[in-house]
Amino acid sequence: MTPEELEHIARAEHDLQAGTPQTVNVCVAAGCLSCQSQAVKDALEQDVARRDWSGRCRIKGVGCMGLCAEGPLVSTTAPGAGGPLYKHVSASDAPALLDSLDTTPVERLLCPTNVPFFERQQKIVLENSGVIDPERIEEYIAASGYRALIQALTEMTPAEVIEQVVKSGLRGRGGAGYPTGLKWSTVSKAVGTQKFVICNADEGDPGAFMDRSVLESDPHRVLEGMLIAAYAVGAAEGYIYVRAEYPLAIKRLKTAIRQAEKLGLLGSKICGTNFSFRIELRLGAGAFVCGEETALIASIEGSRGSPRPRPPYPAMEGLLGQPTLINNVETFANIAPIIRNGGEWYAGIGTEKSKGTKVFALAGRVQNTGLVEVPMGITLREMVFEIGGGIPEDKQFKAVQTGGPSGGCLPSECLDMPVDYESLARAGSIMGSGGMIVMDETSCMVDVAKFFMDFCMTESCGKCIPCRVGTYQMHRLLDAITKLQATPKDIAMLEELCDLVKNTSLCGLGQSAPNPVLSTLRYFADEYKGHIERNECVAGVCGKEARVDKEVHA
Amino acid sequence: MVTAAKPAPPSQDKRWKIVDATMRRVGQHSRGLIETLHTVQEAFGYLDETALRYVAVSLRVPLSRAYGVATFYHFFTLKPAGDHTCVICLGTACYIKGAPLLVEAVQRDLGIAPGETTSDRRVSVLSARCLGSCGLAPAVVYDSEVAGKVTPEQLRQQMAKWDIHPHDA
Repeated sequence: MTPEELEHIARAEHDLQAGTPQTVNVCVAAGCLSCQSQAVKDALEQDVARRDWSGRCRIKGVGCMGLCAEGPLVSTTAPGAGGPLYKHVSASDAPALLDSLDTTPVERLLCPTNVPFFERQQKIVLENSGVIDPERIEEYIAASGYRALIQALTEMTPAEVIEQVVKSGLRGRGGAGYPTGLKWSTVSKAVGTQKFVICNADEGDPGAFMDRSVLESDPHRVLEGMLIAAYAVGAAEGYIYVRAEYPLAIKRLKTAIRQAEKLGLLGSKICGTNFSFRIELRLGAGAFVCGEETALIASIEGSRGSPRPRPPYPAMEGLLGQPTLINNVETFANIAPIIRNGGEWYAGIGTEKSKGTKVFALAGRVQNTGLVEVPMGITLREMVFEIGGGIPEDKQFKAVQTGGPSGGCLPSECLDMPVDYESLARAGSIMGSGGMIVMDETSCMVDVAKFFMDFCMTESCGKCIPCRVGTYQMHRLLDAITKLQATPKDIAMLEELCDLVKNTSLCGLGQSAPNPVLSTLRYFADEYKGHIERNECVAGVCGKEARVDKEVHA
Repeated sequence: MVTAAKPAPPSQDKRWKIVDATMRRVGQHSRGLIETLHTVQEAFGYLDETALRYVAVSLRVPLSRAYGVATFYHFFTLKPAGDHTCVICLGTACYIKGAPLLVEAVQRDLGIAPGETTSDRRVSVLSARCLGSCGLAPAVVYDSEVAGKVTPEQLRQQMAKWDIHPHDA
């Protein structure tokens, strides 16, 4: 593959697309597929065949369009022009949609796009999501795909690639926010007989589906990011560790890898250079702790996913004891645009210390649930009330939860806080991988804390005592509070345990497990008090068991 | 290098050929343990003692390690599932939007908790940590079909469709 050949493929694809006056795009990411979007696509295809419109209209499966709650989503486009977006489309709407192509849009299915949900977004990672067919490499190439790889291989030294990533200010999107450029340069300087690049696609946070969506909608973007990383750090082998619970993402990744190999973009002597790189998939098997990098490596090596103390960091001693670069899906998805447009361009977006954009999975008690990409520094209020469209059913906002089981619940006082790594940490939460769950008055914050503690307790790998026993004891105390059976002493004990588990656990799972408790104690102390002193749960969630128990024992 | 003779498959079942193929692909190396167990589960539906012993011997890992890995990861199951499976997502978004009510409904109607199978093996109820279908919360997977915004009533209707009725389980 030479730059000219790549250009040739892109041009051929542009010609192909220009050859069809109309395109109907049907979302075939998991969200819409589970509302039968495949049937919509089939119906459209059959109708096009029946009308003999194959030269006139193309039916295309595309990735996630973002507004998952309103699926199946369908959009129509003509070359160089956007068309209307339709929501809740069913197979029986196919004739009406095709009829409308030459006339006016189908009013009853229209999904307005001049709303903050769409207008406030800035798409870099998701630029191709919902636009290209994720199962055709040609479409990715036509959308400037693999151009950054060829640019890096033919015009830049590995050091220059790393320099651009450093300049971009990109930080790890898996949650911790470690500077990506620094990680790359550590791995590139590390000495080993071979080096590895691992993509962490073990998206374990409940309530987060950004990585799944990127893998399903634009898998080549992740491969390209990994390829550029491998070139920069000097690795020849890579792994994508992906959850077995994401069968569609796995299927599309396999297809993408095969296509890239066929075009010589993966494999030996890529683009006629001396750079060779292979990617293999490894399926996770449902263990949250495997998102921790040393546990993930243990899992790739075929063992139980138990973390080990760091240092040595995987950058020095990782997979098979060799220097290993581990980045998250979204981090890799940012690389190609950074190389294409330069690190400075990326650094121009976001805040002083948190550069670029972040993809969030907005869910819970909010009008518009789905996937959004926004510049760092946007406020929580804008996220929840503008992009999210506020709380449904005239309910009262109570909290927004970020960072999953490792994060915290932030109350309305925090709504005007900018979303960046430092601000969220100061407020007692974390950026996390991008799950953002909105809660209203019907959620009890003690119950929510218990929910997350139950998660951490079950997912604790059992290696270190503070996490294994501490999460169990904290869960027991929270359980007593939600059963309206706790005393004020239990709160003191809970606080003490939080401190202990946070400071003495071996890995991130235990160190961050107290966060949901600490943040709810900090902002919703009154709810805890209510449970203990007044035997009441303002949300009306807790105490049911207590009443049932009484009835049973009566 | 001297290598121990590869053991013969536990039975004539053709599915062992698929398992053998995976083990060959990973070079009969212990690193391929998880991948091999994935293959076994895909082929047989669950991991029983025979399978664990065969994989452990073939990949030359102690049986304790194979058993340890099989029980460490939630995705692996040591028991066969019922005729139908119903996976209730208990991710945060689903939890906030009423998944606990679904669990309650199942417990009341079928008398089983997530992770259990009815005594007549008609249905297994499982819980998932997050299906990633948060936009459709609460989500349930009926025999690998995802259903969104599920109410306890809809869950009961699906059970009725499978001819599973409250308390005949």
